Amino acid sequence: MKITLKVWRQKNAASEGRFETYVSNTVSEHMSFLELLDVVNIDLVKQGLEPIAFDHDCREGICGSCGLMINGRAHGPGKGIATCQLHMRSFKDGDEIVVEPWRANPFPVLKDLVVDRRSFDRIMQAGGYISVKTGGAPDGNALPVPHDHAEKAFDAAACIGCGACVAACPNSSAMLFVAAKVSQLALLPQGHAERADRALNMVEQMDKEGFGNCSNNYACEAECPKGISVDNIARLNREFLRATVVK
Amino acid sequence: MKLDAKIPDGPIDKKWSNHKFNLKLVNPANKRKYTIIVVGTGLAGASAAASLAELGYNVLAFCYHESPRRAHSIAAQGGINAPKNYSNDGDSVFRLFYDTLKGGDYRAREANVYRLAEVSGLIIDQCVAQGVPFARDYSGYLDNRSFGGAQVSRTFYARGQTGQQLLLGAYAALMRQVDAGTVKMFERREMLDLVLADGQARGIVARNLVTGEIESYAANAVVLATGGYGNVFFLSTNAKASNATAIWRAYKRGALFGNPCYTQIHPTCIPQSGEYQSKLTLMSESLRNDGRVWVPKKAGDKRRPEDIQDNERDYYLERMYPSFGNLVPRDVASRRAKEMCDKGHGVGPTGLAVYLDFADAIKRLGKGAVVEKYGNLFDMYKQITGEDPYTTPMRIYPAVHYTMGGLWVDYNLMSNVSGLYVIGEANFSDHGANRLGASALMQGLADGYFILPYTIGDYLATTKFAPIAKDATPFRDSAKEVQKQVDTLLAINGTTTVDEYHRQLGKIMWDFVGMGRNKEGLKKALKLIPELRAKFWKDVKVTGMGSDLNAELEKAGRVADFFELGELLAIDALHREESCGGHFREEHQTEEGEAKRNDKKFAYAAAWEFTGPKKAPKMTKEPLTFEYVKPSQRSYK
Amino acid sequence: MNRLVAFYQSSIGKKITMSLTGLFLCTFLVEHLVGNLLLFVGDGGESFDAYSEFMAGNFVIRTIEFVLLFGFLGHIVSGYLVWRKNRTSRSTDYEVYRLNENSPIWSRNTMLTGSIVFIFLVIHLRTFFLPLRFDDPTPSPYFLVVQAFTNGWYCAFYVFALILLAYHLRHGFQAAMQTLGLRNSRYEGLINAIGAIFWLLIPLGFASMPIYFYFFHTMSNAAMALGAL
Repeated sequence: MKITLKVWRQKNAASEGRFETYVSNTVSEHMSFLELLDVVNIDLVKQGLEPIAFDHDCREGICGSCGLMINGRAHGPGKGIATCQLHMRSFKDGDEIVVEPWRANPFPVLKDLVVDRRSFDRIMQAGGYISVKTGGAPDGNALPVPHDHAEKAFDAAACIGCGACVAACPNSSAMLFVAAKVSQLALLPQGHAERADRALNMVEQMDKEGFGNCSNNYACEAECPKGISVDNIARLNREFLRATVVK
Repeated sequence: MKLDAKIPDGPIDKKWSNHKFNLKLVNPANKRKYTIIVVGTGLAGASAAASLAELGYNVLAFCYHESPRRAHSIAAQGGINAPKNYSNDGDSVFRLFYDTLKGGDYRAREANVYRLAEVSGLIIDQCVAQGVPFARDYSGYLDNRSFGGAQVSRTFYARGQTGQQLLLGAYAALMRQVDAGTVKMFERREMLDLVLADGQARGIVARNLVTGEIESYAANAVVLATGGYGNVFFLSTNAKASNATAIWRAYKRGALFGNPCYTQIHPTCIPQSGEYQSKLTLMSESLRNDGRVWVPKKAGDKRRPEDIQDNERDYYLERMYPSFGNLVPRDVASRRAKEMCDKGHGVGPTGLAVYLDFADAIKRLGKGAVVEKYGNLFDMYKQITGEDPYTTPMRIYPAVHYTMGGLWVDYNLMSNVSGLYVIGEANFSDHGANRLGASALMQGLADGYFILPYTIGDYLATTKFAPIAKDATPFRDSAKEVQKQVDTLLAINGTTTVDEYHRQLGKIMWDFVGMGRNKEGLKKALKLIPELRAKFWKDVKVTGMGSDLNAELEKAGRVADFFELGELLAIDALHREESCGGHFREEHQTEEGEAKRNDKKFAYAAAWEFTGPKKAPKMTKEPLTFEYVKPSQRSYK
Repeated sequence: MNRLVAFYQSSIGKKITMSLTGLFLCTFLVEHLVGNLLLFVGDGGESFDAYSEFMAGNFVIRTIEFVLLFGFLGHIVSGYLVWRKNRTSRSTDYEVYRLNENSPIWSRNTMLTGSIVFIFLVIHLRTFFLPLRFDDPTPSPYFLVVQAFTNGWYCAFYVFALILLAYHLRHGFQAAMQTLGLRNSRYEGLINAIGAIFWLLIPLGFASMPIYFYFFHTMSNAAMALGAL
């Protein structure tokens, strides 16, 4: 396959970026998209040029490192996959593919396609946990959790923190990310003690980071590699309202 | 060098509790006067950093990722063991201890393994309290599944994403401490040297991966939780950035490297599909609970799997190991798969794969149950191969997965270097020559939550520390060396990329130091590796600059270390004239082709010491004694 | 008080304000439509005029009018603030951005549809509400309706605005449910069905009036004119 890549190149956070075009004639349909970038990079290095910087690590869709806007879609075409799980069989011979970093003010570009998503960490620091000290836990079976609550909590907990929800959202809203964590811990009895504070504090931090508001168009759910449902956003809204009333 | 494992006296089930009582404590008010560096924030590192900070220590935590949540622990799929006996099937601490020791082919320390089994139950409690959504049955109580190498159901799991959920639990605990100001988190920093002063580990030198700055950090103790070195094989199930640089630089500063040759090959990975392939993807071992492994009886049978009748299939694991069947330990399953392929029974385009078939499970349990248990794994498989495992069997092949070897540590998890602690996969301690499934998560969290926080206090309480600033001579010297290496790599400007060298090194390692090893092959590897390494240092091409984000430069430094580590791995494999667990020497096998140990000569841990560049490493033995479990020929028949 | 301020300052607080005011405005639409259906009674506007007079003269209704005004203001101001924040959260735009592949069209243009509906509202008030409230002598409401709806351009704009209102509510109703935490994929069908009352039936009902008056009234006038000949 012949593939033309139009890739965003940016030296560092402070400099202006631009698109560069690269053509690869030796693309196999079994390659993953990141492997295509590997191949392009080897060529670039051999020409004495700097390779395209992109975040990636596990390459099996779980670490959440990779995340590229591919032809205007977060993680490219296809549902329920991260960029590393996108294979070239999703494209046609001769395609031109535009590759951009996640764009959102709370995700500043560090270089080329690498962005800094530590704003997510700061949201987590604001309350994305249950404050149990090491060693202070009762027996695991002391507190039964209804099967479907556990399953729903898991559905929310599956978030890999890749930021596709923010990238896909026209408002760069982080509601799905925050909702996933708030939901997980609200659905489990262990999380109830800190439920109100958690919802208020995480939302406050989310706003502080500069993420936009949710306008309920659900692009986040459509692009989430883990298929996290916007039902969780409804739950977050509920938790927030509840917290405002009871706190 | 004399090695003291500091194993406490007393009966095995009392050793840890007695030891905890005998450890010196740091007064709560004094804890904040101590600074501890934790390098690596996966399961072991994040749990340790959070727990130490809760105790009141100042913690500086480092990871080369953008966030601790990206650590490769996240990719562990199957589960975590604990002898809770919730299944009422006769499990106990002793049985988990026994299974782990036996699974490790009697090459681990009894006392360590027992302690691991003992604290593992606490991990489940801790994680449940943190909100880890473990699988539950319909009554709301915790569910278990079985795993390779055990005949009881003791594995706790969160679908096929147990590692992710446990890591996020530890990460959340860590974030809580960052918020409290007790942990200072340094992301995108790669440790490039360990700094010693007066023989004590007193800090690290790290490169800021965004600005390229070489930074120094001082502390009272350093904890390495930097994972394993499976990427020395290039193609492995490890994440792309997983590397050995932190432990290797510590090794070069005097820490001993234990049992480097113990590498684990995981039997259920998706086979390689082309030259460009960048990594291999693991399919959880839990699949072997319900999937049946088979190959066509006729060698070279290229028909589609659906066209091969049941009587033309060889369910070889069930045939050879009637009592464990498809659930034999990983090393056995891997070797048998390779054997089948070597004999021409392999399937798929390359002939390097066997089938893992779920047709029976879907018939027995219904598709819905299979989806709930393995849905995400099936999706993952389909995504990569373009084939639907609900309708056609999966193709699997072994791949490098985990390294049991690592820096040598004593019972307190301290290396032979004072104040240098090593936890999780980075140390060599608990799995002997082979790790059982669902035990890596267990060990990482046991070390981080429940062992290190106790033992490190004893060291801090009993050690005198001279004040040291981060611009003191040892830091300056280290920083200079690190900078020099960066400059050297950038200046070579050869013709071949780092990845190409890494791939070549990986091929040597896989061909000669992989699943089956022999003297001739190992000697060949020991000739080829230094040759390739010399070429690397003359010919590697690293573009870009040292003063910004430069992934090629990062990789170059890591591969440079892999070149040295690969050689040590081969040296260790060559010296160990026996087969045990993941180390299979073809010269040493039973008539049935099982690993044949030599307990008389090799019942010891080999700890290797760096003696200088281009000098042979020196080996020290730590003898292993077995008081509670008598080593026997492992049998899973 | 501080809590209320904090609530409104948060992104979700503003959204909840929008949802509550939006749903309140929806109930107003129902009342407005039901009253306006009197236009179809066929008594030459007698009932409709009586109804209008009652609405204008009743103290309770006059009070609710203020609530309604605040409802509009709350909805519009919150909507504007949310929109402004959303504009500034992504300083560099994507070169290629295919939002159309993963979200429905009505969800992407609420600010636009809302703004046009707002312009419509101003014109609508100018045509009907202001003359009825402030002109002396007070004109017949029915006469005003006939006057407006026999103007082709006016009718076209009116129907156009109602289509946009339909789009606005197509998104708005379920979005309000979502923001208030009342939506769930299990009840999505039910919510969409109730939503259809608002986004489909109400605009249709309102649109039937100009259409009716434009075609039937104009035509019957024409017929009468023909008869007179």
